[in-house]
Amino acid sequence: MDELIFFINRVLISGTVLGSIYALGAIGVTLIFGILRFAHFAHGDMMTMGAFIAFVLAGLCAALGIVTPLPTGFVVLPVAMVIAAFLALGIDKGFYAPLRKRGAKPVTMLIASIGVTLMIQGLIRLIFGSGTRSFYDTEPKDIFRIDMSAFGGTRPISITEPQVLMFVVTALLVIALHLFLTRSRLGKAMRAMADNADLAQVSGINTALVVRVTWVIAGSLACVAGVMLALDVALMPDLAFNIVLPIFAAAIVGGLGHAYGAIVGGFLIAFAETLAVFNWTAVLRPLNGLLPEGMALPANLALVPTEYKLTVAFVILVVTLLVRPTGIFKGVST
Amino acid sequence: MALIELRNVVGGYGGAPILNGVNMAIEQSDIGVIVGPNGAGKSTTLKAIFGLLRVTGGTIEFGGRNIANSLPDALVPIGLSFVPQEKNVFTTLSVEENLEMGAFTRRDDFKDTMDWVYQMFPVLAEKRRQPAGELSGGQRQMVAMGRALMSKPTLLMLDEPSAGLSPRYVIEIFETIMRVNKEGVGILMVEQNARQALAFASRGFVLANGQNRFTGTGAELIADPEVAKSFLGG
Repeated sequence: MDELIFFINRVLISGTVLGSIYALGAIGVTLIFGILRFAHFAHGDMMTMGAFIAFVLAGLCAALGIVTPLPTGFVVLPVAMVIAAFLALGIDKGFYAPLRKRGAKPVTMLIASIGVTLMIQGLIRLIFGSGTRSFYDTEPKDIFRIDMSAFGGTRPISITEPQVLMFVVTALLVIALHLFLTRSRLGKAMRAMADNADLAQVSGINTALVVRVTWVIAGSLACVAGVMLALDVALMPDLAFNIVLPIFAAAIVGGLGHAYGAIVGGFLIAFAETLAVFNWTAVLRPLNGLLPEGMALPANLALVPTEYKLTVAFVILVVTLLVRPTGIFKGVST
Repeated sequence: MALIELRNVVGGYGGAPILNGVNMAIEQSDIGVIVGPNGAGKSTTLKAIFGLLRVTGGTIEFGGRNIANSLPDALVPIGLSFVPQEKNVFTTLSVEENLEMGAFTRRDDFKDTMDWVYQMFPVLAEKRRQPAGELSGGQRQMVAMGRALMSKPTLLMLDEPSAGLSPRYVIEIFETIMRVNKEGVGILMVEQNARQALAFASRGFVLANGQNRFTGTGAELIADPEVAKSFLGG
C-alpha cells in the first residue's frame, strides 16, 4: 500500500501538475501555429512574464494587507491574465504584425520570436534581478494529507493546496476553451482560419480579429501556465525558457494546430518525463523478498537520471516526427 | 444598370499585369461564363473583382460604386460571394459549421438561409454534422457553394465549379447553378467545359492574353465559327 501511495504522490500528482502546465503552454503554441503559421519560440518567456506579473500583483496585495482565503497567486490570476493578454497583443503589434504585413516567411517570424525571447528575459532580469523568488515568502503552502491508514497505508497521500487549485483551474480553462471553439462564432472562425486561411478570408471572416483573439487566448493561458510553474517550483527569469522544448514537443506530438492534441500531448510528455525519472525501486521493493539470497534491487532504478529529464521530451519528439509527423491528431502542415 | 460592370480592368500580382483591359457587364438575372485558353486571365478576373490581387487600372462597379481593390470582408456584406476552385471547404469543420462561416459577416438570424441551402442540397442536410473533408468531390462542391450562398449574395462567382468532377456531377452542378440563378442570384463563372457551360450562359466572354476577344450570349459564341475554331476545339 505504501508503495502505491508513493507512486500516487510522486507520479500521479506531479505528473498531472506538470501536464497541466505543459498543456496550457502547448495550447498557445499550437493555436499560434495554426493561425499564424510560425513556431512561437518566445512562448516560454510569455509564461515567465505572466508569472512575474502575478508575482507583482501578489506583492501588491500583501503590501496593501489584503488577506485572501486562497493562495494569492490564484486570486490575482484573472487580473494577471488580462494584463498578459494585453502584453501579448502589444508584442504582436510591435514585432510580429509589421513582419506579417511584409509577407515575412515563417523562418523570419521564428527568428523574430527568438529576439522577443531575449528581450523579455532581459527586461525581467533588469527589473527583478536574476535571483530566484518564491510566491510563498509571505504565506504558507497548505498541504492536504489524505490519511490512508484505513487501507493499510502508513503514509498519507499529500497534495498541496496550489496543486488542487491547478487541477481545477486547468480543467475549467480547458472546458471554457472547448466551448469557445465549438460553440461561439469567433471560436469557429478561429478553427476555420487554422484549417484554411485563404478560404476564411474569402468567406469575409475578419482575420485580423481572429489573430487578436488568438493572442489573447495564447497570452492569458501562458500566464496561467507560468504562474502554476512558479507556484510549483520557484520564480526565476529563465523559469519557462527551460521547458520550451517539452511544450513544443507536446504541441507537435498532439498535432500542430490542434488544441485538443496539445492537451493530450502535454499530459503525455509530462507523464513520460515523470515516469522516466521515477525511482522504480521504491515501488518494486517488496519483490526483494522473492529474489534469491544475496541479490537485491539497486537503490536507484530510474530509467533516466533526473538531470536528463529533458531528453525524454526530445526522444518522444524525434520518434513522433519519424513515425507520425502529423501528430496524434492529424495536425496542419506548413 | 448592370449589377457588376468591369471597364478596362488592368491588374496582376505585382509584376507584369495579367489583365490588360477586361470589360464585362452582368445583370442579376444573368449567368455569365468566362472561357478561354490557359493563362488568359479567367480566374485572375474573378480574383481581381474579389480584391485578391491588385487592380492598377480601370474600374469595377458593383451596385453603383467602384469596388476595385476592396477586400473580401467589405465585399461579402454588400452581396458578392466567391467559390475558389481548390481547397474551397473547411475540411475539419462540419458541413453546418462551413455554412455558418459563410454567414460570418451577417449579424442577423441566418436560419432561413441555411434552410434554403439545405433545401437546395438535401444531401448536405443529412451530413450536416459530418466533417466536410469526409465528403465526396461533388458534395464538397455543394458545401462550397452553400457556404458562398449563406451571405445571401446578389452575385455569386465560381472558379471552375466542374473541375475534377465526374460527368454526372458536372451536369448536376450546372443544373444547381441554373437553379440558384432562378432564385435571383447573378452568376459569373469560369469554366473549362466551355461548350457545355456556354450552352446555358446568357452572357459569354472569351478571354485571351488578359483581354476580351469575343463577347455575346452563350448561343452566339457557340455559333460563331471563329470562336468555335480557336477556343472550343473546332
